[in-house]
Amino acid sequence: MSEDKILHLNDDNFEAEALQGNLPCLVDFWAPWCGPCKAIGPVIAELATQFDGKVKIAKVNVDESPATPGKYGIRAIPTLILFKDGKVLDQVTGAVGKAQLVAMIEKAG
Amino acid sequence: MADNHIHQLVIVGGGPGGLAAGIYAARARIDAVLLEKGATGGQILNTDWIDNYPGFPEGVSGFELAERMGAQAQRFGLKVAMKSAVSMDLVAAVKTIHCDDGTTIQAHAVILATGARPNHLNVPGETELTGKGVSYCATCDGPFYRNLDIAVVGGGDTALQEAVYLTKFAKTVTVVHRRQEFRAAPIIQEAALAHERIRFLYDAQVSAILGSKEVEALRIRYRDGREEERPFQGVFMLIGITPNTGSLPLDQLHNEQGFVVTDGRMRTNLPGVMAVGDLRHDSIRQVVSAAGEGAVAAKEVEHYLECISHGKGA
Repeated sequence: MSEDKILHLNDDNFEAEALQGNLPCLVDFWAPWCGPCKAIGPVIAELATQFDGKVKIAKVNVDESPATPGKYGIRAIPTLILFKDGKVLDQVTGAVGKAQLVAMIEKAG
Repeated sequence: MADNHIHQLVIVGGGPGGLAAGIYAARARIDAVLLEKGATGGQILNTDWIDNYPGFPEGVSGFELAERMGAQAQRFGLKVAMKSAVSMDLVAAVKTIHCDDGTTIQAHAVILATGARPNHLNVPGETELTGKGVSYCATCDGPFYRNLDIAVVGGGDTALQEAVYLTKFAKTVTVVHRRQEFRAAPIIQEAALAHERIRFLYDAQVSAILGSKEVEALRIRYRDGREEERPFQGVFMLIGITPNTGSLPLDQLHNEQGFVVTDGRMRTNLPGVMAVGDLRHDSIRQVVSAAGEGAVAAKEVEHYLECISHGKGA
């Protein structure tokens, strides 16, 4: 349903999609073998619907795209990073609840 | 979403205990809703391999078992709401649960199945370096440590089982244990002690985690007072669990150090309120026991609902 609203990014298009442009972008760094990543999957899908057109909601599979998580020093997943104007605005690790992510996004304005 | 409907049952938490309760409740045609902040499964989602759940002679991944339990609950039509409880009033006949999205849910009975989360060591550097070399989930983060030297803190089942798992990726795994003897089951100890790339530091505690941007070393303090710094690129904290009681009214619920006290039928001191799984004071922290307790609690709820509908109390 809302899965199609999620941007699936990789090492090649990460910069263009997440760091450039006017919208903030929340990136979920995940992998298929990670349980907590699966746990927040439905939350990410809901956020994509809720913030459609206001905030980009994206996922990066760290297995397929190791360079991007390496650049941000990611050693644990799921890690969620909120980017605005190409900079890291906020960051959280672990399967946090939807309310916390909504608060993080809304704080960013 | 204003929900004025009073449910028969709210199950708080979607791990094995909550899901088993949900399966039994749904089959009993109890009007139940299960609250879970993300996908169902609970802590088994973080577990690489479960070797002792009956019916899986070769073992099963935590992931798969979680998925199967969720699918089974879904087949019986269990309602799952993606939200978590922030506070509850459980004393009145109608129980009220306040959720993190600002909504409230009411029910005649509640099964508490909020589970537990990994303990923190509470040493300098831990918070700052979480996600940057400090991890609480070997299954999640092991693959980031290929060919690196890492440490595992703990001496129980989880610590030694995950130490063996982490050898799939790491060059060496050093188990830091504050005692001489392990609490882990003998079969797990044997595998860990026999592994050529697992090392052991006994009578040893991590007193600080060192590193500016990521973990570089651990300061280890030994029982005899010696202290040293050892280089590691990662450290996994596998030192037991703390019950998730942030949303529970502990002033109303009998508990021992935050673990909710129940009788053998999973009843707490409050009528209509049951508790199951890792949250319970004498839980053995196993998937199979959590699931069994979920079934007992659902049966107890059935009985309780019958009693209140006949005006007899429970």
